[in-house]
Amino acid sequence: MTELLKVVGLTREYPGVRANDDVSFSIGTGEVHALLGENGAGKSTLVKMIYGLEKPDAGTMQLHGSSYAPQNPQAARAAGVAMVFQHFSLFEALNVAENVALGMENPPKMRELAASIREVSENYGLPLDPDRIVGDLSAGERQRVEIIRCLLQDPKLLIMDEPTSVLTPQEVEILFKTLRKLQSEGTSILYISHKLEEIRALCDGATILRLGKVVGECDPKVTTARSMAEMMVGQTLHVPSREGGETGNVLLEVKGLDFAPANPFGTKLKNVSLTLRAGEVLGIGGVAGNGQDELLSVLSGEARTGKGAVMFEGQDVSHLGPNARRKIGILAAPEERLGHAAAPNMSLTENAALTATIRKKLSKNNFLNWKKTEDFAREIIKAFDVRTPGPGSAARSLSGGNLQKFVIGREVLQEPKILVVNQPTWGVDASAAADIRQALLDLAARGAGLVVISQDLDELMEISDHFAALNEGTLTAPRPAKGLTVDEIGLMMGGAHDMEVAEL
Amino acid sequence: MITFVKRPEPSKIWTIATPILAVVLTMILGGLLFAAMGKDPVAAIRTIFWDPLFNEQFAGYSRPQLLVKAGPLILIAIGLSLGFKAGIWNIGAEGQYIMGALTGAAVGLALYPLDAWWIFPLMVIAGAFGGFLWAMIPALLKTKFNTNEILVSLMLVYVAEQILASAALGFLRNPEGNGFPGSRNLSQIPAMSNPELITGTGAHWGVVAAFASVVAAYVLINKHMLGFQIRLTGESPRAARFAGVKDKLLVVFCLGTAGALAGLAGLFEVTGPAGQISIDFGAGYGFTAIIVAFLGRLNPIGILLAGLLLALTFIGGELAQFMLGLPSAAIQVFQGMLLMILLAMDILVNYRVMIVKKESA
Repeated sequence: MTELLKVVGLTREYPGVRANDDVSFSIGTGEVHALLGENGAGKSTLVKMIYGLEKPDAGTMQLHGSSYAPQNPQAARAAGVAMVFQHFSLFEALNVAENVALGMENPPKMRELAASIREVSENYGLPLDPDRIVGDLSAGERQRVEIIRCLLQDPKLLIMDEPTSVLTPQEVEILFKTLRKLQSEGTSILYISHKLEEIRALCDGATILRLGKVVGECDPKVTTARSMAEMMVGQTLHVPSREGGETGNVLLEVKGLDFAPANPFGTKLKNVSLTLRAGEVLGIGGVAGNGQDELLSVLSGEARTGKGAVMFEGQDVSHLGPNARRKIGILAAPEERLGHAAAPNMSLTENAALTATIRKKLSKNNFLNWKKTEDFAREIIKAFDVRTPGPGSAARSLSGGNLQKFVIGREVLQEPKILVVNQPTWGVDASAAADIRQALLDLAARGAGLVVISQDLDELMEISDHFAALNEGTLTAPRPAKGLTVDEIGLMMGGAHDMEVAEL
Repeated sequence: MITFVKRPEPSKIWTIATPILAVVLTMILGGLLFAAMGKDPVAAIRTIFWDPLFNEQFAGYSRPQLLVKAGPLILIAIGLSLGFKAGIWNIGAEGQYIMGALTGAAVGLALYPLDAWWIFPLMVIAGAFGGFLWAMIPALLKTKFNTNEILVSLMLVYVAEQILASAALGFLRNPEGNGFPGSRNLSQIPAMSNPELITGTGAHWGVVAAFASVVAAYVLINKHMLGFQIRLTGESPRAARFAGVKDKLLVVFCLGTAGALAGLAGLFEVTGPAGQISIDFGAGYGFTAIIVAFLGRLNPIGILLAGLLLALTFIGGELAQFMLGLPSAAIQVFQGMLLMILLAMDILVNYRVMIVKKESA
C-alpha cells in the first residue's frame, strides 16, 4: 500500500487553546482510516486543515509525496480531496441535480449532469433520483446527494465527518457497501466517528486524538472497542449500571395524540400513545426530524394539545403551560442547548433561573432571589462537574458537552416526577456521557419516570426499560428493550408498523 | 492587519468604557471638522459641552433647559427600552406622546374652569391612559393578527398628528383665543399647570417621573421575574417560551408601558414647558427617544446619561449656532457623528482587536 497523504507535525492554535499539537499520521492509498477522539479533541480542526478551511501554524502535509498546502477548499478539491460534512448544505426547494450543480465550479448541462448522477448512483449502490426535490428526501438520501457531489469529482481522498449519525441501521449498511466499493477502487477514506463498533467494522487503521495530540494508533480490526474508548478518554470507562428497580404506578399517559406544529417545516404527530410508569425509562429512537422536537414540546407544555391527550397521574394536563407542568413535576430538557434549553448570552445563574424558579423557590412575590439562584447554579456546576470559571460565565462560553451537563443537571437536581430529555448526550464526550446516563438512571431509581429521546441506539439500549421509535410523527408501540435485536429496531425506525401485528 | 476576534462573553469594562471613549473621540473628530470650517475647535467644543452648564452668562437660561429637554426623552426611552429588550419594536412613541397630551389636556379642559386639587392628578392618569390606549392598537393587532408592530405603530404617529391638528383647530381650540389655533394655556391655569418645582433647575413633575421611571425600570429589569422574562425573550424567544413566558402578554405589557410613559411625557409637556395643545406640539421627542434608548444600551442608568448627553448637545448646539455662527447643519453632523461613533465602538464590547502579521500568500 503506497502512501497517499502524510501529515507531519501539524499545529494549530486558537486564542487560549491549542487545538492541534504536533499531529502526525498518514493514510495509504485505498485505506479507510479512522480519526477518533472526544469532542474538542481536535478532529474537526485537523480535517479543516486538510480540506483547506484552516491553515496550520506549523507542520507540513504531503499528498502523493509532493508538498500539499491548500489555500482554500477549491484548491483541496482540485488536488483530489473531498469532504462530506456532518451538516448538509443543501437547498430544500431545489432538486438533486440542481443542488449538485451549485457545488461545482463549472457545472455541465443539467441533462448531462443528471445522467452522470444516475451513473454514479448505480455504480456505487446509492439509489438516488436526480429529479427529486431535496425537501422530500430523508436524511440518508440527502447524505447521498452530498456523497455523489463528492464522487463526481473523482476524489483520491474522501473525508467523512460523523456520516452515520443521521442514518438508520439499514442505511448504514448501504453506506458501508459504498465505502468498501470506493476503497476497492483505490480511494482513500478518512472516517471521523465516535461509534467504535462502526470503526471496527470498516476501518483499516485508526489515529486517536486527545486534547489536540495523537495519543495512539491502532488496528481497529484487532483492538476492542473498550480499549479504543479508554485511549480516547484517557481513563477507565465507567459503564452505568441499571439498578433494575420495580416500576410503579402509571405517571404519564398519552392517548391518540394528534398534533400539528405551528412551524410549517415541523413534523406532525399522528396518533401517538404511550404510558410511563414511576421508575421506568422509556427510550424513544428514530432518525432526527421524525417528530422528536414536537413530542418534547407537547410533553413539556410548550405546545398545547387537545383535551385529554396528555394525562399525568390521572389528571388531564393538556392545557397546562410549561411552568404549570413544572409545578406538578413534569420537566424537560430540549435537544437544542443554545437558544432553547439555555439563552446563549446569559450567565449560568440566569440560565438556572430559566426553568428552576418554581421548584427551587428562587423567587418571592415575583422578585428573583439572585443569591439563591447563584447557589443553585453552583450546586449544578459542582454536582455535574461542569467545567467553567463560575456561575457568572455566559452559556455560550461553555463547550457543548459542558453546557449539556449543566442543562441536564438543572432539571435532574429539581427532582422531577417526570423528565423528558431529547438527545441527552449529543456532542458530549464519553466519560461525561456515562455520567449523564448514570444521573438519569439514578433519577429513575428514585422513582421518577423518564422519557429519553435519542438517536444513539447504544445509549437507548443501555438505559431503557422500554423502547419505541418515532417515524414520520408516528410512534411504534413501546416494547421491552431487553432482547430487541438490531434488525427489529431498524424495522421499528424504518416504519414497519405492522411488525406488532405480524407477531400476534 | 487588524482582525476582530469574538469574545467568549461581552466585556464588562468595555461596556462602560466605550461611551466615554466615543464622546472623547467625537470631540476630537468634531474639533477637526470645526477647524476645517475655520472655527476655533476648542471654543466650539467648549460652547457645546461646557458653556450651557457653567458659563456665567448663559447657564442661567440653559441649565434648566437641560432637565426640561432630557426629562421627556428619558421617560419615553425607558418605556421603549423594555420593548426593545424583548425584541418588540415600538417606533410610534411620538404618536403615543401626542395622544397622551391630547387625552390629558382634554380631560382638564372639560372641567374648566373648575378649580380643585385632584384635577392635575386626574389629567396625569388620563395622559398615561391615552398613550396606553394608542399603544394597544399595534399590541392587539400584533397578538391577534400577527401584524408588524413597527409599521402599525409608526403609521399611527401620522394619524395622531392629524388628530392633534384637528384638536388644535377644532374641539380643543381656545374659545377666547380670537380664532388663533391652539388650546387654552394650561400652564397658566393653576389647577392644571405643571410648574418648575425647584426654581432654576427646570425640574417639573415630568422630570420627577423620569427619574422615578429609571429607578423602577432598574428594579424591574434586574430583580423582577417580569424583567427577567423580558430579557430572556429578547435573547432567545424559544428559550423564553420554554421558560413559560406568555409572549402575547409580554407584547401587551411592553407596548402598553411604553405607551403609558410616552403619554405621561406628553401630558407633562403640554401642562408645563409647551403650555398648550398646538399644531406643532409634537416636537420629535418620541423619535429622539429611540436614539436615547439605544445610546443608553437599553440600560436604565445608561438611558439616564444618554438622555442628559443628547439634551446637552441640543442646547449646546443651539448656543454654538448663535455664539459662533456655526451652521445648524454642522451641529447636526456633529450630533450624527456622536451617534455613529458610539454605535461603531460597540464592536469592542463583543470583539477583541488583534493585530496579526499579514500572511504571505
